[in-house]
Amino acid sequence: MSGESGVSRAWRWLREHAVNIVAGLVVVYLLLPIAIILLFSFNDPAGRYNYTWVGFTLDHWAHAFSRPELNEALLTSLKLAVLATVISTIVGTLMALALVRHNFFGRRAANFLIVIPMATPEVVMGAALLSFFLLIPWFTLGFETLLIAHVMFCISFVVVVVRSRLIGFDRNLEEAAKDLGASSFDTFRLVTLPLIMPGIFGAAMLAFALSIDDFVISNFNSGTTVTFPLYIFGAAQRGIPVEVNVIAMILFSFTVAAMGLATWQQRRAEKLASVRPEQETGVGAGVPAGAAAAT
Amino acid sequence: MRRRAIPYFLLGPGTAWLLVFFVVPLGYMAKLSLESGFVGSLEFNWHWDNYKEALSEYDTQFVRSFVYAGAATLLCLIIAYPLAYAIAFKAGRWRNLMLFAVVAPFFTTYLIRTIAWKTILADESPVTEFLHAIGLAPGGHVLATSGAVIAGLTYNFLPFMILPIYASLERIDARLIEAGKDLYSSAPQAFARVTLPLSAPGIVAGTLLTFIPAAGDYVNAYFLGGAGNRMIGNVIQSLYLSQADYPSAAALSFVLMALIMIAVVIYIRFAGSEALMGEEAR
Repeated sequence: MSGESGVSRAWRWLREHAVNIVAGLVVVYLLLPIAIILLFSFNDPAGRYNYTWVGFTLDHWAHAFSRPELNEALLTSLKLAVLATVISTIVGTLMALALVRHNFFGRRAANFLIVIPMATPEVVMGAALLSFFLLIPWFTLGFETLLIAHVMFCISFVVVVVRSRLIGFDRNLEEAAKDLGASSFDTFRLVTLPLIMPGIFGAAMLAFALSIDDFVISNFNSGTTVTFPLYIFGAAQRGIPVEVNVIAMILFSFTVAAMGLATWQQRRAEKLASVRPEQETGVGAGVPAGAAAAT
Repeated sequence: MRRRAIPYFLLGPGTAWLLVFFVVPLGYMAKLSLESGFVGSLEFNWHWDNYKEALSEYDTQFVRSFVYAGAATLLCLIIAYPLAYAIAFKAGRWRNLMLFAVVAPFFTTYLIRTIAWKTILADESPVTEFLHAIGLAPGGHVLATSGAVIAGLTYNFLPFMILPIYASLERIDARLIEAGKDLYSSAPQAFARVTLPLSAPGIVAGTLLTFIPAAGDYVNAYFLGGAGNRMIGNVIQSLYLSQADYPSAAALSFVLMALIMIAVVIYIRFAGSEALMGEEAR
Protein backbone atom coordinates (compact mmCIF):
# COMPACT_ATOMS: atom_id res chain seq x y z
CA MET A 1 0.00 0.00 0.00
CA SER A 2 2.78 2.40 0.86
CA GLY A 3 4.50 1.43 -2.38
CA GLU A 4 1.44 2.36 -4.34
CA SER A 5 1.18 5.74 -2.68
CA GLY A 6 4.87 6.24 -3.43
CA VAL A 7 4.21 5.55 -7.08
CA SER A 8 1.21 7.82 -7.15
CA ARG A 9 3.18 10.50 -5.33
CA ALA A 10 5.95 10.24 -7.92
CA TRP A 11 3.33 10.36 -10.65
CA ARG A 12 1.81 13.47 -9.13
CA TRP A 13 5.20 15.14 -8.80
CA LEU A 14 5.90 14.30 -12.43
CA ARG A 15 2.57 15.74 -13.54
CA GLU A 16 3.06 18.92 -11.55
CA HIS A 17 6.51 19.48 -12.90
CA ALA A 18 5.97 18.16 -16.43
CA VAL A 19 6.06 21.63 -17.98
CA ASN A 20 9.29 22.49 -16.18
CA ILE A 21 10.92 19.21 -17.18
CA VAL A 22 10.00 19.69 -20.83
CA ALA A 23 11.17 23.32 -20.65
CA GLY A 24 14.49 22.20 -19.18
CA LEU A 25 14.97 19.71 -22.01
CA VAL A 26 14.21 22.41 -24.59
CA VAL A 27 16.81 24.68 -22.98
CA VAL A 28 19.36 21.88 -23.25
CA TYR A 29 18.37 21.43 -26.89
CA LEU A 30 18.81 25.15 -27.58
CA LEU A 31 22.24 25.24 -26.01
CA LEU A 32 23.55 21.90 -27.30
CA PRO A 33 25.02 23.20 -30.60
CA ILE A 34 26.73 26.06 -28.75
CA ALA A 35 28.33 23.54 -26.40
CA ILE A 36 29.44 21.52 -29.44
CA ILE A 37 30.96 24.62 -31.08
CA LEU A 38 32.84 25.39 -27.86
CA LEU A 39 33.98 21.78 -27.41
CA PHE A 40 35.21 21.51 -30.99
CA SER A 41 37.17 24.75 -30.65
CA PHE A 42 39.49 22.65 -28.45
CA ASN A 43 39.59 19.77 -30.91
CA ASP A 44 42.76 18.60 -32.59
CA PRO A 45 41.32 17.10 -35.78
CA ALA A 46 43.25 14.43 -37.61
CA GLY A 47 42.43 15.60 -41.12
CA ARG A 48 40.94 18.77 -42.56
CA TYR A 49 37.45 18.12 -41.25
CA ASN A 50 36.50 19.18 -37.76
CA TYR A 51 33.46 16.89 -37.41
CA THR A 52 34.70 14.15 -35.09
CA TRP A 53 36.41 14.48 -31.75
CA VAL A 54 40.10 13.51 -31.80
CA GLY A 55 41.90 15.13 -28.89
CA PHE A 56 42.15 18.18 -26.69
CA THR A 57 44.42 21.10 -27.62
CA LEU A 58 44.67 24.80 -26.81
CA ASP A 59 46.65 25.48 -30.00
CA HIS A 60 43.78 27.00 -31.93
CA TRP A 61 42.90 29.37 -29.11
CA ALA A 62 46.54 30.41 -28.85
CA HIS A 63 46.71 31.03 -32.60
CA ALA A 64 43.13 32.19 -33.19
CA PHE A 65 44.19 34.84 -35.70
CA SER A 66 46.77 32.81 -37.61
CA ARG A 67 44.78 32.58 -40.83
CA PRO A 68 45.08 35.74 -42.95
CA GLU A 69 42.07 34.96 -45.16
CA LEU A 70 39.87 34.35 -42.15
CA ASN A 71 41.10 37.53 -40.44
CA GLU A 72 40.39 39.54 -43.53
CA ALA A 73 36.88 38.10 -43.80
CA LEU A 74 36.26 38.87 -40.14
CA LEU A 75 37.50 42.42 -40.56
CA THR A 76 35.27 42.93 -43.59
CA SER A 77 32.29 41.63 -41.61
CA LEU A 78 33.02 43.93 -38.67
CA LYS A 79 33.46 46.97 -40.90
CA LEU A 80 30.28 46.14 -42.78
CA ALA A 81 28.30 45.52 -39.59
CA VAL A 82 29.44 48.78 -37.96
CA LEU A 83 28.57 50.88 -41.02
CA ALA A 84 25.26 49.09 -41.62
CA THR A 85 24.38 49.50 -37.93
CA VAL A 86 25.15 53.23 -37.84
CA ILE A 87 23.22 54.02 -41.02
CA SER A 88 20.22 51.79 -40.33
CA THR A 89 19.95 52.92 -36.70
CA ILE A 90 19.88 56.62 -37.60
CA VAL A 91 17.51 56.20 -40.53
CA GLY A 92 15.27 53.72 -38.67
CA THR A 93 15.05 55.83 -35.52
CA LEU A 94 13.91 58.84 -37.56
CA MET A 95 11.24 56.68 -39.19
CA ALA A 96 10.06 55.36 -35.83
CA LEU A 97 9.79 58.92 -34.50
CA ALA A 98 7.69 59.94 -37.48
CA LEU A 99 5.40 56.92 -37.17
CA VAL A 100 4.74 57.21 -33.44
CA ARG A 101 4.77 60.96 -32.96
CA HIS A 102 2.99 62.22 -36.05
CA ASN A 103 -0.25 61.63 -37.83
CA PHE A 104 0.13 62.18 -41.53
CA PHE A 105 -1.10 61.12 -44.89
CA GLY A 106 0.58 57.90 -46.02
CA ARG A 107 1.26 56.52 -42.54
CA ARG A 108 -0.36 53.16 -43.28
CA ALA A 109 1.63 52.85 -46.50
CA ALA A 110 4.84 53.61 -44.60
CA ASN A 111 3.98 50.96 -42.01
CA PHE A 112 3.32 48.47 -44.78
CA LEU A 113 6.64 49.29 -46.45
CA ILE A 114 8.42 48.53 -43.17
CA VAL A 115 6.63 45.23 -42.48
CA ILE A 116 6.98 43.76 -45.97
CA PRO A 117 10.78 43.18 -45.98
CA MET A 118 10.45 41.27 -42.71
CA ALA A 119 7.81 39.03 -44.29
CA THR A 120 9.88 38.32 -47.40
CA PRO A 121 12.15 35.26 -47.49
CA GLU A 122 15.80 36.27 -47.53
CA VAL A 123 16.45 34.34 -50.72
CA VAL A 124 13.89 36.48 -52.55
CA MET A 125 15.38 39.71 -51.19
CA GLY A 126 18.87 38.59 -52.16
CA ALA A 127 17.73 37.54 -55.63
CA ALA A 128 15.83 40.79 -56.23
CA LEU A 129 18.78 42.92 -55.24
CA LEU A 130 21.11 40.88 -57.41
CA SER A 131 18.75 41.31 -60.39
CA PHE A 132 18.78 45.06 -59.72
CA PHE A 133 22.57 45.26 -59.47
CA LEU A 134 22.97 43.13 -62.59
CA LEU A 135 20.72 45.31 -64.71
CA ILE A 136 21.92 48.71 -63.42
CA PRO A 137 25.39 49.43 -64.72
CA TRP A 138 26.44 51.81 -61.88
CA PHE A 139 26.98 49.05 -59.36
CA THR A 140 29.77 46.54 -59.18
CA LEU A 141 29.18 43.74 -56.71
CA GLY A 142 31.37 44.10 -53.63
CA PHE A 143 31.53 45.93 -50.32
CA GLU A 144 29.21 48.75 -51.44
CA THR A 145 26.45 46.45 -52.64
CA LEU A 146 26.78 44.45 -49.42
CA LEU A 147 26.41 47.63 -47.38
CA ILE A 148 23.33 48.69 -49.36
CA ALA A 149 21.77 45.27 -48.82
CA HIS A 150 22.58 45.09 -45.12
CA VAL A 151 21.19 48.57 -44.37
CA MET A 152 18.07 47.61 -46.33
CA PHE A 153 17.23 44.54 -44.25
CA CYS A 154 18.23 46.16 -40.93
CA ILE A 155 16.01 49.24 -41.23
CA SER A 156 12.70 47.45 -40.56
CA PHE A 157 14.00 45.78 -37.43
CA VAL A 158 15.38 49.07 -36.07
CA VAL A 159 12.02 50.76 -36.66
CA VAL A 160 10.11 48.00 -34.87
CA VAL A 161 12.39 48.02 -31.81
CA VAL A 162 12.59 51.81 -31.42
CA ARG A 163 8.87 52.17 -32.05
CA SER A 164 7.99 49.75 -29.24
CA ARG A 165 10.10 51.89 -26.92
CA LEU A 166 8.43 55.11 -28.07
CA ILE A 167 4.93 53.74 -27.63
CA GLY A 168 5.49 53.20 -23.91
CA PHE A 169 6.92 56.70 -23.55
CA ASP A 170 5.44 59.09 -20.98
CA ARG A 171 4.89 62.32 -22.92
CA ASN A 172 4.30 64.24 -19.67
CA LEU A 173 8.06 64.26 -19.19
CA GLU A 174 8.46 66.28 -22.37
CA GLU A 175 5.60 68.60 -21.41
CA ALA A 176 7.33 69.23 -18.10
CA ALA A 177 10.59 70.14 -19.82
CA LYS A 178 8.78 72.55 -22.13
CA ASP A 179 6.89 74.09 -19.21
CA LEU A 180 10.24 74.72 -17.60
CA GLY A 181 11.32 76.69 -20.66
CA ALA A 182 13.27 74.16 -22.70
CA SER A 183 13.16 74.57 -26.48
CA SER A 184 11.88 71.72 -28.66
CA PHE A 185 15.40 70.77 -29.60
CA ASP A 186 16.67 70.87 -26.00
CA THR A 187 13.68 68.80 -24.90
CA PHE A 188 14.52 66.21 -27.52
CA ARG A 189 18.22 66.22 -26.69
CA LEU A 190 17.94 66.27 -22.88
CA VAL A 191 14.72 64.35 -22.22
CA THR A 192 13.49 62.29 -25.17
CA LEU A 193 16.79 60.98 -26.46
CA PRO A 194 18.19 59.75 -23.10
CA LEU A 195 14.91 57.98 -22.37
CA ILE A 196 14.65 56.18 -25.71
CA MET A 197 18.40 55.51 -25.77
CA PRO A 198 18.04 51.93 -24.50
CA GLY A 199 15.63 51.26 -27.35
CA ILE A 200 18.04 52.75 -29.86
CA PHE A 201 20.92 50.83 -28.33
CA GLY A 202 18.91 47.60 -28.44
CA ALA A 203 17.97 48.28 -32.06
CA ALA A 204 21.61 48.95 -32.94
CA MET A 205 22.65 45.68 -31.32
CA LEU A 206 20.02 43.79 -33.24
CA ALA A 207 21.11 45.44 -36.50
CA PHE A 208 24.74 44.57 -35.76
CA ALA A 209 23.86 40.96 -34.98
CA LEU A 210 21.72 40.63 -38.13
CA SER A 211 24.43 42.14 -40.31
CA ILE A 212 27.41 40.21 -38.98
CA ASP A 213 25.49 36.92 -39.19
CA ASP A 214 23.89 37.44 -42.58
CA PHE A 215 24.65 34.77 -45.08
CA VAL A 216 21.87 34.43 -47.64
CA ILE A 217 21.59 38.03 -48.88
CA SER A 218 25.38 38.42 -48.77
CA ASN A 219 25.78 35.21 -50.73
CA PHE A 220 23.89 36.83 -53.60
CA ASN A 221 25.39 40.31 -53.51
CA SER A 222 29.02 39.97 -52.45
CA GLY A 223 30.83 39.62 -55.77
CA THR A 224 34.33 38.60 -54.72
CA THR A 225 34.17 40.24 -51.28
CA VAL A 226 34.30 37.68 -48.48
CA THR A 227 32.57 38.14 -45.12
CA PHE A 228 32.90 35.85 -42.11
CA PRO A 229 29.81 33.72 -42.96
CA LEU A 230 30.83 33.62 -46.62
CA TYR A 231 34.29 32.43 -45.60
CA ILE A 232 32.71 29.60 -43.60
CA PHE A 233 30.52 28.64 -46.54
CA GLY A 234 33.49 28.59 -48.88
CA ALA A 235 35.65 26.69 -46.41
CA ALA A 236 32.97 24.07 -45.71
CA GLN A 237 33.94 21.99 -48.74
CA ARG A 238 37.66 21.88 -48.04
CA GLY A 239 37.19 21.61 -44.27
CA ILE A 240 36.50 24.41 -41.82
CA PRO A 241 39.55 25.36 -39.77
CA VAL A 242 39.18 25.04 -36.00
CA GLU A 243 39.98 28.76 -35.68
CA VAL A 244 36.46 29.44 -37.02
CA ASN A 245 35.03 27.84 -33.88
CA VAL A 246 37.40 29.87 -31.70
CA ILE A 247 36.38 33.13 -33.38
CA ALA A 248 32.72 32.16 -33.20
CA MET A 249 33.07 31.69 -29.44
CA ILE A 250 34.92 35.01 -29.08
CA LEU A 251 32.10 36.76 -30.98
CA PHE A 252 29.61 34.91 -28.78
CA SER A 253 31.26 36.21 -25.60
CA PHE A 254 31.31 39.77 -26.88
CA THR A 255 27.64 39.60 -27.83
CA VAL A 256 26.72 38.22 -24.41
CA ALA A 257 28.65 41.04 -22.75
CA ALA A 258 26.98 43.66 -24.97
CA MET A 259 23.59 42.17 -24.18
CA GLY A 260 24.34 42.30 -20.45
CA LEU A 261 25.27 45.96 -20.86
CA ALA A 262 22.06 46.68 -22.78
CA THR A 263 19.91 45.01 -20.11
CA TRP A 264 21.67 47.00 -17.41
CA GLN A 265 21.20 50.24 -19.30
CA GLN A 266 17.54 49.49 -19.89
CA ARG A 267 16.94 48.88 -16.17
CA ARG A 268 18.68 52.14 -15.34
CA ALA A 269 16.53 54.04 -17.81
CA GLU A 270 13.39 52.41 -16.44
CA LYS A 271 14.41 53.50 -12.95
CA LEU A 272 15.06 57.02 -14.18
CA ALA A 273 11.67 57.21 -15.83
CA SER A 274 9.75 55.69 -12.94
CA VAL A 275 11.29 57.59 -10.07
CA ARG A 276 9.01 60.60 -10.45
CA PRO A 277 5.54 59.16 -9.86
CA GLU A 278 6.82 57.05 -6.99
CA GLN A 279 8.20 60.07 -5.22
CA GLU A 280 4.99 61.93 -5.86
CA THR A 281 2.81 59.33 -4.22
CA GLY A 282 5.40 58.81 -1.51
CA VAL A 283 5.50 62.47 -0.54
CA GLY A 284 1.81 62.96 -1.10
CA ALA A 285 0.86 60.12 1.22
CA GLY A 286 3.26 61.32 3.86
CA VAL A 287 5.52 58.28 3.45
CA PRO A 288 9.26 59.03 3.35
CA ALA A 289 10.40 59.10 -0.25
CA GLY A 290 13.15 56.59 0.49
CA ALA A 291 10.63 54.00 1.66
CA ALA A 292 8.58 54.45 -1.48
CA ALA A 293 11.64 54.13 -3.68
CA ALA A 294 12.64 50.94 -1.89
CA THR A 295 9.42 49.16 -2.80
CA MET B 1 2.74 74.33 -42.62
CA ARG B 2 6.30 73.67 -41.52
CA ARG B 3 5.19 71.26 -38.80
CA ARG B 4 3.22 69.21 -41.27
CA ALA B 5 6.34 68.56 -43.29
CA ILE B 6 8.28 67.17 -40.29
CA PRO B 7 7.13 63.54 -40.51
CA TYR B 8 8.03 63.43 -44.18
CA PHE B 9 11.54 64.68 -43.45
CA LEU B 10 11.92 62.06 -40.75
CA LEU B 11 10.58 59.30 -42.99
CA GLY B 12 12.40 60.44 -46.11
CA PRO B 13 15.77 58.72 -45.96
CA GLY B 14 14.49 55.34 -44.76
CA THR B 15 11.58 55.28 -47.16
CA ALA B 16 13.85 56.20 -50.04
CA TRP B 17 16.26 53.42 -49.09
CA LEU B 18 13.49 50.82 -48.89
CA LEU B 19 11.89 51.98 -52.12
CA VAL B 20 15.11 52.06 -54.12
CA PHE B 21 16.70 48.92 -52.69
CA PHE B 22 13.70 46.76 -51.92
CA VAL B 23 10.67 47.72 -54.03
CA VAL B 24 12.49 48.75 -57.22
CA PRO B 25 14.67 45.58 -57.20
CA LEU B 26 11.49 43.51 -57.06
CA GLY B 27 10.46 45.32 -60.23
CA TYR B 28 13.78 44.54 -61.85
CA MET B 29 13.42 40.92 -60.85
CA ALA B 30 9.96 40.91 -62.45
CA LYS B 31 11.47 42.29 -65.65
CA LEU B 32 14.29 39.75 -65.55
CA SER B 33 11.81 36.91 -65.06
CA LEU B 34 10.20 37.79 -68.40
CA GLU B 35 13.41 37.94 -70.40
CA SER B 36 14.91 35.24 -72.52
CA GLY B 37 18.39 34.36 -73.65
CA PHE B 38 21.66 34.10 -71.75
CA VAL B 39 23.96 36.47 -69.90
CA GLY B 40 25.13 39.19 -72.25
CA SER B 41 22.29 38.69 -74.68
CA LEU B 42 19.26 38.87 -72.41
CA GLU B 43 16.24 40.32 -74.10
CA PHE B 44 12.95 41.51 -72.63
CA ASN B 45 10.13 39.89 -74.58
CA TRP B 46 7.38 38.89 -72.12
CA HIS B 47 8.78 35.39 -72.00
CA TRP B 48 6.10 33.83 -69.78
CA ASP B 49 7.50 30.38 -70.52
CA ASN B 50 10.03 31.00 -67.72
CA TYR B 51 7.16 30.66 -65.26
CA LYS B 52 5.70 27.63 -66.94
CA GLU B 53 9.07 25.90 -67.00
CA ALA B 54 9.87 26.94 -63.44
CA LEU B 55 6.69 25.40 -62.18
CA SER B 56 6.82 22.20 -64.18
CA GLU B 57 10.51 21.55 -63.71
CA TYR B 58 10.81 22.36 -60.02
CA ASP B 59 7.39 21.43 -58.66
CA THR B 60 8.93 18.73 -56.43
CA GLN B 61 11.23 21.27 -54.80
CA PHE B 62 8.33 23.64 -54.21
CA VAL B 63 6.21 20.96 -52.60
CA ARG B 64 9.19 19.76 -50.58
CA SER B 65 9.96 23.27 -49.32
CA PHE B 66 6.43 23.78 -48.10
CA VAL B 67 6.23 20.32 -46.53
CA TYR B 68 9.57 20.78 -44.74
CA ALA B 69 8.69 24.30 -43.61
CA GLY B 70 5.25 23.15 -42.45
CA ALA B 71 6.68 20.20 -40.52
CA ALA B 72 9.36 22.38 -38.94
CA THR B 73 6.75 25.01 -37.98
CA LEU B 74 4.56 22.37 -36.35
CA LEU B 75 7.53 20.89 -34.45
CA CYS B 76 8.58 24.38 -33.37
CA LEU B 77 5.10 25.03 -32.01
CA ILE B 78 5.07 21.77 -30.04
CA ILE B 79 8.54 22.41 -28.62
CA ALA B 80 8.13 26.15 -28.06
CA TYR B 81 4.83 26.25 -26.21
CA PRO B 82 5.86 24.40 -23.04
CA LEU B 83 9.07 26.45 -22.78
CA ALA B 84 7.27 29.77 -23.37
CA TYR B 85 4.65 28.72 -20.82
CA ALA B 86 7.28 27.77 -18.26
CA ILE B 87 9.16 31.05 -18.75
CA ALA B 88 5.98 33.10 -18.44
CA PHE B 89 4.38 31.36 -15.47
CA LYS B 90 6.83 29.12 -13.67
CA ALA B 91 10.35 30.37 -14.13
CA GLY B 92 10.41 32.92 -11.29
CA ARG B 93 13.97 34.06 -10.78
CA TRP B 94 15.14 31.82 -13.62
CA ARG B 95 13.17 33.83 -16.14
CA ASN B 96 15.98 36.02 -17.46
CA LEU B 97 18.39 33.12 -17.65
CA MET B 98 15.88 31.07 -19.66
CA LEU B 99 15.20 33.98 -21.99
CA PHE B 100 18.92 34.23 -22.46
CA ALA B 101 19.04 30.55 -23.44
CA VAL B 102 16.35 31.23 -26.05
CA VAL B 103 18.30 34.01 -27.80
CA ALA B 104 21.78 32.55 -27.20
CA PRO B 105 21.78 30.59 -30.49
CA PHE B 106 21.52 33.92 -32.33
CA PHE B 107 24.85 34.93 -30.84
CA THR B 108 26.65 32.22 -32.77
CA THR B 109 26.88 32.35 -36.53
CA TYR B 110 23.94 30.72 -38.33
CA LEU B 111 26.19 28.61 -40.54
CA ILE B 112 28.30 27.32 -37.65
CA ARG B 113 25.19 26.45 -35.66
CA THR B 114 23.93 24.44 -38.62
CA ILE B 115 27.29 22.78 -39.13
CA ALA B 116 27.33 21.87 -35.41
CA TRP B 117 24.21 19.79 -36.11
CA LYS B 118 26.22 17.95 -38.71
CA THR B 119 28.51 16.84 -35.89
CA ILE B 120 25.61 16.06 -33.56
CA LEU B 121 23.75 14.00 -36.16
CA ALA B 122 26.78 12.28 -37.70
CA ASP B 123 26.68 8.50 -38.02
CA GLU B 124 27.64 6.76 -34.77
CA SER B 125 27.23 9.94 -32.73
CA PRO B 126 25.43 9.38 -29.40
CA VAL B 127 22.35 11.26 -30.61
CA THR B 128 22.14 9.24 -33.83
CA GLU B 129 22.59 5.98 -31.92
CA PHE B 130 19.84 6.95 -29.51
CA LEU B 131 17.54 7.81 -32.42
CA HIS B 132 18.46 4.52 -34.05
CA ALA B 133 17.66 2.65 -30.84
CA ILE B 134 14.16 4.14 -30.59
CA GLY B 135 13.55 3.49 -34.28
CA LEU B 136 13.76 7.05 -35.58
CA ALA B 137 16.94 6.59 -37.59
CA PRO B 138 16.57 3.56 -39.84
CA GLY B 139 19.96 2.23 -40.88
CA GLY B 140 21.68 4.45 -38.30
CA HIS B 141 21.81 7.45 -40.60
CA VAL B 142 20.24 10.83 -39.99
CA LEU B 143 22.27 13.11 -42.20
CA ALA B 144 21.20 13.52 -45.82
CA THR B 145 17.58 12.67 -44.99
CA SER B 146 14.44 14.80 -44.85
CA GLY B 147 14.50 14.34 -41.09
CA ALA B 148 17.87 16.05 -40.79
CA VAL B 149 16.76 19.06 -42.83
CA ILE B 150 13.51 19.42 -40.88
CA ALA B 151 15.47 19.07 -37.62
CA GLY B 152 17.86 21.81 -38.72
CA LEU B 153 15.03 24.14 -39.75
CA THR B 154 13.24 23.45 -36.47
CA TYR B 155 16.31 24.27 -34.43
CA ASN B 156 17.29 27.39 -36.34
CA PHE B 157 13.88 29.02 -36.31
CA LEU B 158 12.70 27.87 -32.86
CA PRO B 159 13.45 31.20 -31.11
CA PHE B 160 11.15 32.96 -33.59
CA MET B 161 8.35 30.75 -32.26
CA ILE B 162 9.23 30.96 -28.57
CA LEU B 163 9.54 34.73 -28.26
CA PRO B 164 6.11 35.80 -29.63
CA ILE B 165 4.32 33.04 -27.70
CA TYR B 166 6.15 34.07 -24.55
CA ALA B 167 5.27 37.73 -25.17
CA SER B 168 1.57 36.94 -25.52
CA LEU B 169 1.52 34.58 -22.50
CA GLU B 170 3.34 37.10 -20.35
CA ARG B 171 0.69 39.71 -21.07
CA ILE B 172 -2.13 37.49 -19.77
CA ASP B 173 -3.67 38.77 -16.57
CA ALA B 174 -3.22 35.90 -14.07
CA ARG B 175 -6.52 36.87 -12.48
CA LEU B 176 -8.36 35.68 -15.60
CA ILE B 177 -6.99 32.18 -15.11
CA GLU B 178 -7.81 32.41 -11.39
CA ALA B 179 -11.34 33.45 -12.26
CA GLY B 180 -11.68 30.42 -14.51
CA LYS B 181 -10.59 28.17 -11.67
CA ASP B 182 -12.89 29.93 -9.19
CA LEU B 183 -15.73 29.12 -11.53
CA TYR B 184 -14.88 25.43 -11.07
CA SER B 185 -12.98 24.79 -14.26
CA SER B 186 -10.23 22.21 -13.94
CA ALA B 187 -6.65 23.19 -14.70
CA PRO B 188 -6.77 21.70 -18.23
CA GLN B 189 -10.12 23.41 -18.86
CA ALA B 190 -8.79 26.75 -17.69
CA PHE B 191 -5.82 26.26 -19.99
CA ALA B 192 -7.93 25.30 -23.01
CA ARG B 193 -10.54 28.03 -22.58
CA VAL B 194 -8.54 30.93 -21.14
CA THR B 195 -4.78 30.64 -21.56
CA LEU B 196 -4.66 29.05 -25.01
CA PRO B 197 -7.10 31.47 -26.73
CA LEU B 198 -5.35 34.45 -25.15
CA SER B 199 -2.00 33.26 -26.48
CA ALA B 200 -3.38 32.81 -30.01
CA PRO B 201 -1.86 36.06 -31.37
CA GLY B 202 1.56 34.82 -30.23
CA ILE B 203 1.00 31.48 -31.93
CA VAL B 204 -0.07 33.14 -35.18
CA ALA B 205 2.92 35.52 -35.14
CA GLY B 206 5.31 32.70 -34.23
CA THR B 207 4.10 30.35 -36.96
CA LEU B 208 4.49 33.11 -39.57
CA LEU B 209 7.93 34.10 -38.34
CA THR B 210 8.98 30.44 -38.51
CA PHE B 211 7.28 29.35 -41.69
CA ILE B 212 8.28 32.23 -43.97
CA PRO B 213 12.06 32.01 -43.50
CA ALA B 214 11.95 28.20 -43.35
CA ALA B 215 10.18 27.92 -46.71
CA GLY B 216 12.87 30.01 -48.41
CA ASP B 217 15.85 28.56 -46.57
CA TYR B 218 18.64 26.73 -48.36
CA VAL B 219 21.35 26.56 -45.71
CA ASN B 220 19.89 23.61 -43.80
CA ALA B 221 19.23 21.58 -46.93
CA TYR B 222 22.73 22.42 -48.16
CA PHE B 223 24.55 21.27 -45.04
CA LEU B 224 22.26 18.63 -43.56
CA GLY B 225 20.39 17.27 -46.56
CA GLY B 226 21.41 15.11 -49.48
CA ALA B 227 20.81 15.35 -53.20
CA GLY B 228 17.20 14.26 -52.67
CA ASN B 229 16.45 16.97 -50.12
CA ARG B 230 17.07 20.12 -52.15
CA MET B 231 14.58 22.87 -51.41
CA ILE B 232 13.45 25.64 -53.74
CA GLY B 233 15.94 28.01 -52.10
CA ASN B 234 18.78 25.73 -53.20
CA VAL B 235 17.49 25.80 -56.77
CA ILE B 236 17.20 29.59 -56.83
CA GLN B 237 20.66 29.95 -55.33
CA SER B 238 22.34 27.64 -57.80
CA LEU B 239 20.48 29.04 -60.83
CA TYR B 240 21.53 32.56 -59.87
CA LEU B 241 25.03 31.94 -58.60
CA SER B 242 26.39 28.89 -60.43
CA GLN B 243 24.39 28.47 -63.62
CA ALA B 244 23.71 32.19 -64.27
CA ASP B 245 20.25 31.29 -65.54
CA TYR B 246 18.82 34.56 -64.28
CA PRO B 247 15.39 34.58 -65.94
CA SER B 248 14.40 31.15 -64.59
CA ALA B 249 15.78 32.00 -61.14
CA ALA B 250 13.87 35.28 -61.09
CA ALA B 251 10.66 33.54 -62.11
CA LEU B 252 11.15 30.93 -59.37
CA SER B 253 11.73 33.67 -56.78
CA PHE B 254 8.48 35.32 -57.77
CA VAL B 255 6.53 32.10 -57.62
CA LEU B 256 8.01 31.41 -54.18
CA MET B 257 7.06 34.85 -52.93
CA ALA B 258 3.56 34.57 -54.37
CA LEU B 259 2.99 31.12 -52.88
CA ILE B 260 4.17 32.28 -49.46
CA MET B 261 1.91 35.34 -49.66
CA ILE B 262 -1.06 33.16 -50.58
CA ALA B 263 -0.29 30.75 -47.74
CA VAL B 264 0.02 33.64 -45.29
CA VAL B 265 -3.22 35.29 -46.40
CA ILE B 266 -5.15 32.02 -46.17
CA TYR B 267 -3.63 31.32 -42.78
CA ILE B 268 -4.46 34.75 -41.39
CA ARG B 269 -8.03 34.45 -42.68
CA PHE B 270 -8.26 31.03 -41.13
CA ALA B 271 -6.70 32.08 -37.85
CA GLY B 272 -8.82 35.23 -37.99
CA SER B 273 -6.26 37.20 -36.11
CA GLU B 274 -6.90 40.90 -36.17
CA ALA B 275 -4.58 41.18 -33.21
CA LEU B 276 -1.48 40.48 -35.26
CA MET B 277 -1.96 42.73 -38.24
CA GLY B 278 -3.99 45.23 -36.26
CA GLU B 279 -1.03 46.06 -34.10
CA GLU B 280 1.40 46.28 -36.98
CA ALA B 281 -0.74 48.50 -39.15
CA ARG B 282 -1.97 50.74 -36.39
